[in-house]
Amino acid sequence: MSENAATATTPLLQITDLEVGFTTQSGVVPAVRGVSFSIMPGENLAIVGESGSGKSTTAQAIIDLLPGTGKVTGGSILFDGTDLTTLNASGIQRVRGSQIGYVPQDPMSNLNPVWNIGFQVRETIEANTQLRGQDAKKRVIEVLEEAGLSDPGSRLRQYPNQFSGGMRQRVLIGIGLSARPKLLIADEPTSALDVTVQRRILDHLGTLTRDYGTSVLFITHDLGLAAERAEKLVVMYKGKIVEYGSSQEILADPQHPYTKRLVAAAPSLASRRIQAVRNDEEESGALAPVTRDISIVERAEAREASAAGDLIEVKNLTKVYQIRQGGFRKTDFTAVDDVSFSIPKGTTTALVGESGSGKSTVAKMVLKLEDITSGSITFDGKDVGTLPRSELLSFRRRVQPVFQDPYGSLDPLRSIGSTIAEPLLIHGIGDAKSRRATVRELLEQVSLPSSTELRYPNELSGGQRQRVAVARALALNPEVIVLDEAVSALDVLVQGQVLDLLTKLQTELGLTYLFITHDLAVVRLVADNVCVMRQGRIVEQATTDEVFDSPKQDYTRELLEAIPGGNFEFGRL
Amino acid sequence: MLWYIGRRLLQLLPVFFGATFLIYFLVFAMPGDPIAALYGDRPPAESVIEQVRAEYNLDKPFIVQYLLWIGGIFTGDFGTTYSGRAVIDVMVHAFPITARLALLALLFEAVIGVTAGLFAGLRKGKPFDTVSLVVSLIFISVPTFVIGFVVQYVFGVKLGWINPSVSSAATWLELIVPALVLASVSIAQVLRLTRASVAENAGADYVRTAKAKGLSRGRVVRVHVLRNSLIPVVTYLGTDLGTLMVGAVITEGIFNIKGVGGTVFDAVKRGEGPTVVAFVSVMVIIFMLANLLVDLLYAVLDPRIRYVK
Repeated sequence: MSENAATATTPLLQITDLEVGFTTQSGVVPAVRGVSFSIMPGENLAIVGESGSGKSTTAQAIIDLLPGTGKVTGGSILFDGTDLTTLNASGIQRVRGSQIGYVPQDPMSNLNPVWNIGFQVRETIEANTQLRGQDAKKRVIEVLEEAGLSDPGSRLRQYPNQFSGGMRQRVLIGIGLSARPKLLIADEPTSALDVTVQRRILDHLGTLTRDYGTSVLFITHDLGLAAERAEKLVVMYKGKIVEYGSSQEILADPQHPYTKRLVAAAPSLASRRIQAVRNDEEESGALAPVTRDISIVERAEAREASAAGDLIEVKNLTKVYQIRQGGFRKTDFTAVDDVSFSIPKGTTTALVGESGSGKSTVAKMVLKLEDITSGSITFDGKDVGTLPRSELLSFRRRVQPVFQDPYGSLDPLRSIGSTIAEPLLIHGIGDAKSRRATVRELLEQVSLPSSTELRYPNELSGGQRQRVAVARALALNPEVIVLDEAVSALDVLVQGQVLDLLTKLQTELGLTYLFITHDLAVVRLVADNVCVMRQGRIVEQATTDEVFDSPKQDYTRELLEAIPGGNFEFGRL
Repeated sequence: MLWYIGRRLLQLLPVFFGATFLIYFLVFAMPGDPIAALYGDRPPAESVIEQVRAEYNLDKPFIVQYLLWIGGIFTGDFGTTYSGRAVIDVMVHAFPITARLALLALLFEAVIGVTAGLFAGLRKGKPFDTVSLVVSLIFISVPTFVIGFVVQYVFGVKLGWINPSVSSAATWLELIVPALVLASVSIAQVLRLTRASVAENAGADYVRTAKAKGLSRGRVVRVHVLRNSLIPVVTYLGTDLGTLMVGAVITEGIFNIKGVGGTVFDAVKRGEGPTVVAFVSVMVIIFMLANLLVDLLYAVLDPRIRYVK
């Protein structure tokens, strides 16, 4: 056997029976149990799983960056012939950066806010290569250029807060690849970004790593992304590998019940609008498959019969902000430009667009949290813009919001029960006893145990918190709920559960939804009508099926194509 | 940036007038006749009293007294003490001493507090952290004058390592131990603040990213943990300068230092308006300048803060 052949068949990374545990007061809690997989040179592998599945922990164990009390308690991590678990601090430090690059999840928090971009890239280069002085600077510009940052030379002195999320992620990718590592660990590299930005960045990353022959270990909760970007797939569930093999095979024919559920929950172009027909038994069953292929015609007919005209009508809505330009000069910035649409009672209208498209501003104006520059919003025949103060409270009762961040929108010092009861208290509804009964009822409606009442936000998961936010919005029996990116921060399975819940509530209570999102895949699951927004204007407006089956605008087509796994045939159950 | 500094300096003006007026009014409203206090048990003749009153403008209405005093300040005349010394002379002697004492104390705070806090924060839950927390709690809960007397007795009287009372020259060397006593509570506070800040920053995502970049542990701590952690500490140090000057009254008393604290305390007791107002006004200005310096330091430490106008 020749030497070349030998190296070609030796895996770059071989993890065998990896065990990782966290020390807590009640002993060591295992987070990763008996994980084994390998990556060949130049190969891409993705670890898929929900939050808490141990996928990030596995990745962090490779470069010894486990948080807190985390420790490798067994197994081996063979990288290029060396067992990384046996290295001391300075040994692993030599591997980090130069041999194994790392691209972290959240571009907002992973760059140090007090150092400029050039400095942060440069110190990586100086730590891992012999380049110094002008050579190092040249390399910094080269690295950033490669990562797709336009005009990097003039941006070196800028600070992270002056960069957008996409630009920061490019900087982090540049840092990760700056020393030409053999392996790049990309931990949810684009989950915080818009779909179109995500696609551009992943395409770019793909080209770079192919050119250098770098292997990539993707960590993601997005099955579509994993299938598109990696040849091999590892599916993790509760710290264990439940499926491992070629991406195509796993997605086409998932074996493990968890993988099946994940495939079913993955929003893709193949999915249809969720119909609230499942009974509670099925929903509570942990691994119950999701059925979504119910005739849309049926549903549309039913809705038409009950439809009683437009509940909300938005006409020529415009919002202009004045932006300071230093000194006393101001320029006008038109955030929302001549937007018109209407929402029939009992239906869901989705506003879709990238960040900065003005969709959230529209939502804020509909909620009357932001003043209207011109145009009008009519709710149930009344003009919202000129609503007298005396009627504002009753308007607020009928139109309720649910916001994006399930961590930020609940008061950490208030119990869940008190949070949900607050709107009742403000509007003077019921006495203490009846309010308590209402809270329990609401918790039941959003499928949370009544014991949740006494718990605090930090004790709940993201999905549970978002259910609480929905329960709070429902407390006043509103007619309209404005959901501003309400499921964007959740991972697929939880997202699926919350969307199911919203659909169920809509059917039961006849609610009208205004759904703001950047995620077209989610739109397909919940919306009846879609407005695609770009730079403050609505560029396309039609029913969901029309938009998805025959988009009229190039921009809409671009958005559709950017959905990860959009062109991928997910396995049918 | 220059605009910003200019604007901040302009803001000093109303604060200066407001503060001096308030202090002048308080001294004016204090009970007791300063003349009677000056002459003790044997009251002087009525004519002498009238003469002294006229000399110190005490016979004029309050607002006139204040305006006369303010007018004097702008011609460099801060008035005279009741013993006939020019207030400016007393200030020139007292302020450098207290400035030395406070600056030394601030230096100890910054060096000892930040260093110990950094180590405690990086080794959270380890012996050094636990010990430093307990020790700092002791210093925070025991009053400064107790610490002062104990230090004076043990090191000054029993061991003889230091002179129990500071000479009238009050050199830097002599002031080291008093400064440590004065700074003791603040050192403990800075330690705790730095520790909490470091512990929080050490867990930040960008610190993990810095490690993943292949940087050495020392560099990660120096470059990525320390600078970010210092931002709240700098605020504390700035505002603490005022606390140190107030605390100096006690420390100066214990070690017999002829600084600002002792002088102001005596003047208050005697109801000596001009002296009290002059000293306190200068202290207010120092405090405000220190705050301006802290705000400027902010911008150096955190580039997200920009002073445009």
